[in-house]
Amino acid sequence: MKTWGLKPWTPRSALKRAVFAVPLVCVGSLSAASVASDISTARQAELMYVLEQDCGSCHGLTLKGGLGPALLPDRLSDRHVDDLAAIILDGVPGTPMPPWRPLLEPQEATWLAHVLKSGARVK
Amino acid sequence: MKLWAHLTAGMLVAMATVISAQAGELRGTGDMGVVIERASGSLLVVENTARSQLARVEGLGDLSHASVVYSRDARYAFVFGRDGGLSKVDILTAKVVKRVIQGGNSIGGAISQDGRLVAVSNYEPGGVKVFDAQTLDLVADIPTGSKTVGLVDAPGNRFVFSLYDAGEIWVADMGDPATPKITKFPDVGSQPYDALVTPDGRYYIAGLFGEDGMVLVDLWNVDKGPRRILDGYGRGEEKLPVYKMPHLEGWAIAGDKAFVPAVGRHEVLVVDTNTWKEVGRIPAHGQPVFVMAQPDGRQVWVNFAFPLNDTIQVIDTQSQQIIQTLTPGKGVLHMEFTPRGEEVWMSVRDLDVIKVLDTASFAQKVELPAAKPSGIFFTWRAGRIGL
Repeated sequence: MKTWGLKPWTPRSALKRAVFAVPLVCVGSLSAASVASDISTARQAELMYVLEQDCGSCHGLTLKGGLGPALLPDRLSDRHVDDLAAIILDGVPGTPMPPWRPLLEPQEATWLAHVLKSGARVK
Repeated sequence: MKLWAHLTAGMLVAMATVISAQAGELRGTGDMGVVIERASGSLLVVENTARSQLARVEGLGDLSHASVVYSRDARYAFVFGRDGGLSKVDILTAKVVKRVIQGGNSIGGAISQDGRLVAVSNYEPGGVKVFDAQTLDLVADIPTGSKTVGLVDAPGNRFVFSLYDAGEIWVADMGDPATPKITKFPDVGSQPYDALVTPDGRYYIAGLFGEDGMVLVDLWNVDKGPRRILDGYGRGEEKLPVYKMPHLEGWAIAGDKAFVPAVGRHEVLVVDTNTWKEVGRIPAHGQPVFVMAQPDGRQVWVNFAFPLNDTIQVIDTQSQQIIQTLTPGKGVLHMEFTPRGEEVWMSVRDLDVIKVLDTASFAQKVELPAAKPSGIFFTWRAGRIGL
């Protein structure tokens, strides 16, 4: 009789990688690390999880796009962080992109914009 | 034979397989199914008699939004991945027997009435590709120039789908698979986002994101063209943010009433299927995502979009009232009933579990570990139109 072994899988390892990956990345004159200084490590992990799982529902778990456009760094290189943060906060009327302002602080949206531009990924 | 069920810190599940062909035992697939583990590109093979996991199949790519249809013998699961991967999985041996990358960004699929063709709808490049169900060889390519959604099978060996960007519905007659005959309906409405076909295969109904309403095509009388239903159900009110698009898979139907998710409103709409007029609306906990009827139609189960996705509500279809609000945990993504509906399985993503509930008492029967579970698909779908 054959049995299939299951590989261990921990959500925590993925989150650890994510949280430590982010502050290492510098974008333009402002680094994600400086934006992140007011966002607790636990909250950063939460935001990364939302980015992967909930944003991923439309943009793809690997952010390669779906109903919503791809959000990979090369696609966002000519977009300013503030513009991306504005889209996150207020959505894009006429498309399924919803306004996240009810759920996010402005600085959290800015931090997410840095994460997207830098390509720091959960995986 | 069942030595198992310990969830360790590392989610290490020991499994004894009762399905290995090598064990020399025969079994049917009627109580089997698969659960998508969307973050790890794997699926669990499960059975709903003893409510156990049998195996994990890995290497299926990006499974966000993955869906599954079954071969007509209910042995093979065709898995449609977000990354354009189409995988044919033998659930009896828990092996990927064939896998092709057929597009850049796909959204769903269907299997034809005769079981010979598997179709996949793609965002990138926009269109539908049709494959031989045996070999996964490409049989037909139907470019649409638009993100293509709401693909279903229909009697007459037809596939029906909607063009999200272009606002069209196309009906493809696969009588000669290599040269599909396409009937196109332009200007059906703004941004059809998903669709369903009624269990009898007669009505194809697409939901619209860009305006309040749905579009109906009578597939028995295709020449009559599409018809707008539920027009302006939002009554021009400001829409609430939609943090997850509703799905129209399946069809919550009870007697002559259908239950559908509103878009941008925290409501379930009730429609009379004789007149296709709205006959009621049920205020709900959040933006409904799936509105699913039990096989007997007596109750309808609803899950909700982020951030209210820790809750399930149950509607009694006779009174059209919510009779139960449950909180299984954060990230309830999908539900699936056992073949005759005495139990419901639900994936609770953020807890990394599948919960199985009794549909009459709402008591939890069992909890099974699963890594970021999303869609649950049982083999009873193999014999159903439109699933």
